[in-house]
Amino acid sequence: MPSLSRRSLLQGTGLLLASTALPSWSFGQDGPSGGRLVVAADSEPRNLNPAIVASNGVFFVASKVIEPLAEADFEAEGGLVPRLAVSWEGSEDGLTATFRLREGVTWHDGEPFTSADVAFSAIEVWKPLQNLGRIVFANLDSVDTPDAHTAVFNFSRPTPFQLLRNALPVVTSVLPRHLYEGTDIAANPANAQLVGTGPFRFAEYRPGEYYRLERNPDYWGEGLPKLDEIVYRVLPDRAAAAGALEAEEIHLAAFSAVPLADLARIAEVPGIEVVTKGYEGLTYQLVVEINHRREELANVDVRRAIAHAIDKNYVVDTIFLGYATAAAGLVPHNSVEFFNPEVPQYEFDPARANELLDAAGYPRGDDGVRFSLRLLPAPYFNETRQFGDYLRQALAEIGIDAQLVNNDSAAHQQAVYTDHDFDLAVAPPVFRGDPAISTTILVRSGTPAGVTFSNQGGYADPELDALIDQAAETVDTEERTQLYNELQVKVAEDLPLINVAEWGFITVARDTVLNVGNNPRWAVSNWADTALQQ
Amino acid sequence: MKRALRLIGRRAVSSIPVLLIVVVGTFFLLESASGDAVDAYLVSIGGGDAALMEQLRRSYGLDRSALSRLGLYISSLLRFDLGWSVAFNRPIAGLILERLPNTLYLMGSATALSFAFGTLLGILAGARPGSLRDRVLSIGSLALYAVPGFWLGLVLAITFAVQLRWFPTSGIETVASGKQGLDRVLDIARHLVLPVSALAMIYLALFLRLMRAGMAEIWRLDFVRSARAKGLARRRIVLRHVARNALLPVVTMLGLQAASMLGGSVVIESVFAIPGFGRLAQEAVGLRDAPLLMGIIVVSAVLVILVNIVIDLVYGLLDPRVGASERPA
Repeated sequence: MPSLSRRSLLQGTGLLLASTALPSWSFGQDGPSGGRLVVAADSEPRNLNPAIVASNGVFFVASKVIEPLAEADFEAEGGLVPRLAVSWEGSEDGLTATFRLREGVTWHDGEPFTSADVAFSAIEVWKPLQNLGRIVFANLDSVDTPDAHTAVFNFSRPTPFQLLRNALPVVTSVLPRHLYEGTDIAANPANAQLVGTGPFRFAEYRPGEYYRLERNPDYWGEGLPKLDEIVYRVLPDRAAAAGALEAEEIHLAAFSAVPLADLARIAEVPGIEVVTKGYEGLTYQLVVEINHRREELANVDVRRAIAHAIDKNYVVDTIFLGYATAAAGLVPHNSVEFFNPEVPQYEFDPARANELLDAAGYPRGDDGVRFSLRLLPAPYFNETRQFGDYLRQALAEIGIDAQLVNNDSAAHQQAVYTDHDFDLAVAPPVFRGDPAISTTILVRSGTPAGVTFSNQGGYADPELDALIDQAAETVDTEERTQLYNELQVKVAEDLPLINVAEWGFITVARDTVLNVGNNPRWAVSNWADTALQQ
Repeated sequence: MKRALRLIGRRAVSSIPVLLIVVVGTFFLLESASGDAVDAYLVSIGGGDAALMEQLRRSYGLDRSALSRLGLYISSLLRFDLGWSVAFNRPIAGLILERLPNTLYLMGSATALSFAFGTLLGILAGARPGSLRDRVLSIGSLALYAVPGFWLGLVLAITFAVQLRWFPTSGIETVASGKQGLDRVLDIARHLVLPVSALAMIYLALFLRLMRAGMAEIWRLDFVRSARAKGLARRRIVLRHVARNALLPVVTMLGLQAASMLGGSVVIESVFAIPGFGRLAQEAVGLRDAPLLMGIIVVSAVLVILVNIVIDLVYGLLDPRVGASERPA
C-alpha cells in the first residue's frame, strides 16, 4: 500500500493501486443489525437493470442488488473503494486496463462470479447497450480473461485510465453471464427480477406500491449487510413523503423527496434529521442553454450581458434556500480533480450588462425593451422552473423581454433538443465525476439533434472541439487535467452556455437510521453498512 | 326484464361508434402533443445518444406512421387485445386489471357515501326550504365544494394521519405486510378512509344542492298542495311525495358523476399514493404512452356506459313514466 496523497496520485502516471486493506465501511462492522428499512421512492423505472440504464432512479433500488467493480469513497486513495474488483491498473499507452477481481463471490442464484461475467457485461452490455457505457467504452475492443479472477480490457484507441476510474462506480454494474448469454438482453426477465452479487437480493415488486429487497446471507462482505430488508414505498407526491416520514411510516426519503421549502419545518420534528452529505458524486448543475442560431445570442457580448444580469447568490439563497453553491464555470466546485477556479467570472452587475447591450447595438426601444426571446425552463425540478421565473425578471431589468414557455418533460425534450425551438432554456445536467462522461457534450458541436442534455444550441467552435477531442484521448492524467482546465477557461470566456449554480440532493431520515450519507454516491450505493437502531 | 335486456342491447350497439370516436380522438390528441415515448423515457434515464434513440424508436414501433399505428391498434382492439405498454414494458390489460380495483373501491365508496349523505342532508334541507337548517347545510356544503380536492386531501392527511395518527398517511394497504383475508380487507379499509372522505366531501355538495333545489320546486306544485289538503302527515309528504320526485335528477347526476369521479380521483390518488386508474392515466400522458392511454379511456368509457345503463334501469323503477315511453309505439 503506497502512501501517496490524493494530489500526488493525480499527478502520477495514471497507474493506480486500490486499497484493499481499509474498506471505508469497516467502521460499520459493529453496531446494530437486523430490521426492515422503509424508504420513499418517487419513481418506478421501466427497466431496473443498472448495467443497461445507468441512471440515479435505477441505481437507487438496483445498486443494492447488482454491484459495480468499485464504488466512490470520501477517504480512500483516488476516491474509490473496491467492490467486485480488488485492484485496477491502466497501461501507459492507454490501450489496456487490468482488473483483479474479488474471489469467493457468488451470484444470488449460487453460481460463482468470475472474470467471464465481467467480460460478458463489458462487451455485450456496457458498450453496446448502456446509456453512459456507450461513451466510456466506445473504443473497447475485447476483454481477455487470463484466469477466473483477472479481466484485461483492450482498447482500439487510447482511453485515459483517469476517465475509466472516474466512471467505474457508474458504468460497471456486472451482470450474471449465465442468465443473459444467448438471450435478448434488453428483454431478459432478469432486468426486472434482478440477480446480482450485492448485499441484498431482489425479493418482490408490487407496481405502484413497493419494491422489497432482502438480506443476502452469502454476501462477501463480512458481517454485512446490517439490515434484513429494504422496502421502497412508491410515493410520487412530495407532500406524501414528508407526511409519511413524520408519521413514522417510512424511515428515509432521499433525492430531495421532501421539498426544500419543507426542510426547515421538518428539521424541527424530534427524531428527524436532514442530511446533505452523500451526493457529492452526483452533482446537478443549473445551466442556461443558449440557442446560438438566434442572431442576438450569437453575439458574445449579449451572452456576457445575460451572465452579468444573473445574481447567482440570490438564486442560491432564494430558490435553493442555501442548499446549493453558486457556479464558477463548466465544472462544479466539488470535483477536486478537475475544478479550475481561475476562470473569468461575471459578477452580478446589471449596469454593466446594460452597457454591453448598448455597445452591442441593441438599444432599448420606446417601451424599454431591446428584444424579445423565448425562455423554456426544464420541468424536471421545482428549482429549474423557479429559476425560469427569476431569469425572466432578471432579463427584464436589462431590457430583454423573455416569454416563458412551460412544457412537460417529453414536450420540453422535443422542443429544445430535437426541434431547437427555443432561444434560452434552463437545464439541469449532471456532472458525473469526469468531464468526458456527460459534460463536454454540453459544449462540443456535432451531436445529432434529439440527444438530451447535449449542445443543441448550434454553438460550434473548432478550437474548443479540438481541445475536447484531444483530452478524450490524452492518457497522461496531469496533461489531461490541464486540458480540461483550459476548456473551462474557454467556456467561461465565450459562454456557449451559462453555469449558474450546482447542487446535491437532500436526504431526510429518522435518527434511528445509521451511516446515512457516508460516501459521495450514498443514495445510489449498496447500503451494506446502513443499519437501523431498534 | 325484457325491457332491461332490450335497453342493454340497444346501448351496446350505440356505444360502438362512441368508443371509436373516443379512441381516435385520444390517439390524435396525444399524437399532437410534442415529444414521444422515447423522449419521455430518455429524460427519465438522463439522456442517451442518437443511435440509442433510433434503436428505441424502432423497438417501440414509433418509426411507423401515425396512421399505421392507429390502424394496428384498432385492429388489435377488435380482437379484444389492449396491446403492450411501452412505458411500463408490460401488457396493458394486466396493468389495467391491477389498477382498476383500487380506483373502483375508492370511487365506489366515495360515490355511495356522497350520494347517501348528500341526498339525506338534501332532504333535511329541502324539508323546510329557507329555514335556518337549510341555510347552514347549503352554505356548508358549498364551502366544501369550493375547496380544491388536493388541499382537502392534504389537510385530512396532516390532521388525521400525521398528527393524530388515526389512519395511515397514504397507500392502498400496509406495504409488504403479508396480511391475509379479513385482516387485509380491514387494512385496505383503513387506508381508504381519508381518500374516500376527501372525495366524498367534495361531491356531497352536488347531491345535497340538487336534492334541495328539486324539493324546493316540488313544494310549490299542485299535487303537494292536494296532499296537504288531504291532511297527510308532513313526514309522509316530505318523503313519499316531495323527496321521491326530487330524487330523479339526483339519480341522473349519479350517472354523470361516475364519469367525473374517474377523473377527479387523479388528484386524490396522487396525494394518497394510491396506485389507481387516475394515476395510471396521468403517467400514460406524461410518458406519451398512447396505447396505454387509449386502453384506459376505452375501459373508462365502457364503465361509464355500464353505469348509465344501470341508472336507466333504476330510473324506470323510480318513475314508471320513463318505462312507458320506452315501449315501441
